[in-house]
Amino acid sequence: MTDTTQTTQQPDAADILLSVRGLSKQFSTGSGPVKAVEDISFDVRRGQIVGIVGESGSGKTTAGRCLLRLVEPSSGEAIFDGVDLFSLPEKALRAYRRRLQIIFQDPYSSLNPRMRVRDIIGEAIDTHGLAKGAARQARIEELLTRVGLSPEHARRYPNEFSGGQRQRVGIARALAVEPELIIADEPVSALDVSVQAQVLNLIQELQRELGLTMIFISHDLTVVEYLCDEIVVLYLGRIMEQGPARSVYANPRHPYTRALLATAPVPDPTVRRERVILQGDIPSPLNPPSGCVFRTRCPHAIAACAETVPTRETVGSGHSVACIRQAELVETYQD
Amino acid sequence: MAAASASSVDSPRISTLILQRKTLAIGLAIIVVITLLAVLAPLIAPYAPGKLSIVNRLKPPSATWFFGTDEFGRDIFSRTIYAGQLSLLVGAAATALAATVGITLGLVAGFFRKADGIVSRIIDAMMAFPDILLAIALVAALGPSLATVIVALGVVYAPRLARVVRASTLVIRELPYVEAARALGVPTWRIMTRHVLRNLVSPILVQATFIFAYAMLAEAGLSFLGVGVSPEIPTWGTMIAAGRQYVGQADWMTIFPGLAIILTVLSLQLVGDGLRDLLDPRLRKDL
Repeated sequence: MTDTTQTTQQPDAADILLSVRGLSKQFSTGSGPVKAVEDISFDVRRGQIVGIVGESGSGKTTAGRCLLRLVEPSSGEAIFDGVDLFSLPEKALRAYRRRLQIIFQDPYSSLNPRMRVRDIIGEAIDTHGLAKGAARQARIEELLTRVGLSPEHARRYPNEFSGGQRQRVGIARALAVEPELIIADEPVSALDVSVQAQVLNLIQELQRELGLTMIFISHDLTVVEYLCDEIVVLYLGRIMEQGPARSVYANPRHPYTRALLATAPVPDPTVRRERVILQGDIPSPLNPPSGCVFRTRCPHAIAACAETVPTRETVGSGHSVACIRQAELVETYQD
Repeated sequence: MAAASASSVDSPRISTLILQRKTLAIGLAIIVVITLLAVLAPLIAPYAPGKLSIVNRLKPPSATWFFGTDEFGRDIFSRTIYAGQLSLLVGAAATALAATVGITLGLVAGFFRKADGIVSRIIDAMMAFPDILLAIALVAALGPSLATVIVALGVVYAPRLARVVRASTLVIRELPYVEAARALGVPTWRIMTRHVLRNLVSPILVQATFIFAYAMLAEAGLSFLGVGVSPEIPTWGTMIAAGRQYVGQADWMTIFPGLAIILTVLSLQLVGDGLRDLLDPRLRKDL
């Protein structure tokens, strides 16, 4: 591994804002149960950004929704500041709602088309009784300015804005309650490429200035690399690989992570990357492959992959991989 | 009612907004004229609606009797505008009742899975009956009177609104802006009113104009069949029923109350269409 892992990074318990353990979510459908998320565990430290990466259908959005109890998780726990969010009754959860917020992927459907911007942001303020009258008005204007809009925008309806501006309104709404943790669910993937960078910069800026802790959900590894401290790679609801961003990027150990990285463009033309092109689509979660769920698309799959469900093996400080062949494959990975 | 409150939110010139929309303006104008004629009938009507004049029976329309006279020599014009009072009252009251019951049921069914099973079954069962049959049954069970007709029609048309509201609620409650509200901890009832109901104003209005029109037609049908209000009371339905026997010799007896129904129904549709456009901020570029 790289030399940076030499320094002992013993996770400091007080440092961890959210600790997710064994999060699973099953949906019952007409044709049987679907395991959208299966036994996910990870920690989010204060002030850090954890990236959850995966293709569509990997369960990353469901995992995020579960953490906010927008979708009820089937099992597991999420210890937020010492309290298990999953076992809180709805009433008690309400107090925690203020501390965890979400930024949505689609800037169009995430704003009520019949509410003016000031009412959208104001609703957040009112729900938790944070400000009234002139203070409320001032707070709305401050939030708008903070996300790069102007106070005059308060009286407008969402349809009068561009996608990037709408996303800024969504961010302002999330910030209105001064949350400690923000889950950003693909916040830029619905935006034009030219606007993506602006919104990403805004998110990063806000994160630094306000000391926010974030879970950043994305299918785009370049975006995650740019922002995140930790990375969790999901495939079909299972964790394939997780660890510090630097370590995962420098030494991707799971064939799936390698494939994802291979699809990401590299700004340096002299860098030669292995070409791994995944065949086919992500399998149906209704009928997941036996053993390792990735084996049907894995270029390195062998018979044993169908037999055993891979356990998490530690390959570096905080870096772990779920692949039975990771040790032998590592030699073939020399670029 | 919901329309007025939603559109008056600091829009300075509501009258200009309305006038810019021809269909809405025309529809509203017709409705206003019809309503005025009905309300001011005692002042406008040249004759009392029940005044008999056997010598003048079945006279065709003329300067004396704008719409002609019926088999008892009563003035059709006077009777038509008096009848408007009841027809409009029944339509409006039945629509209001249907809206109250239907919107409540639809929201509850759309929002709470457990209630949905029961409410939807009841809605389906009610909609399995033809409107007029169910109305007749209800009137028969409750005893014929003006109030029963209103209640019966309100009950008959409530499921239509409930269904529209339920279907849209099911869609809207999954939208990210509702999720955002839930993530903020906004209470359920407020999500239902502010986020769901407010986005349902257009479909509800459109449906309500239909129901207003249907209820008026149904009232006419009930009266025509003799199970509505008493035949002595002029409504457009009872007038058409009476004219039916003379349709060969005095078609004006049926034509004018019939036209009144058509005109009212048509203008209601125009108003519904126009309001839908007016209330949709996406179509409102002039603010």
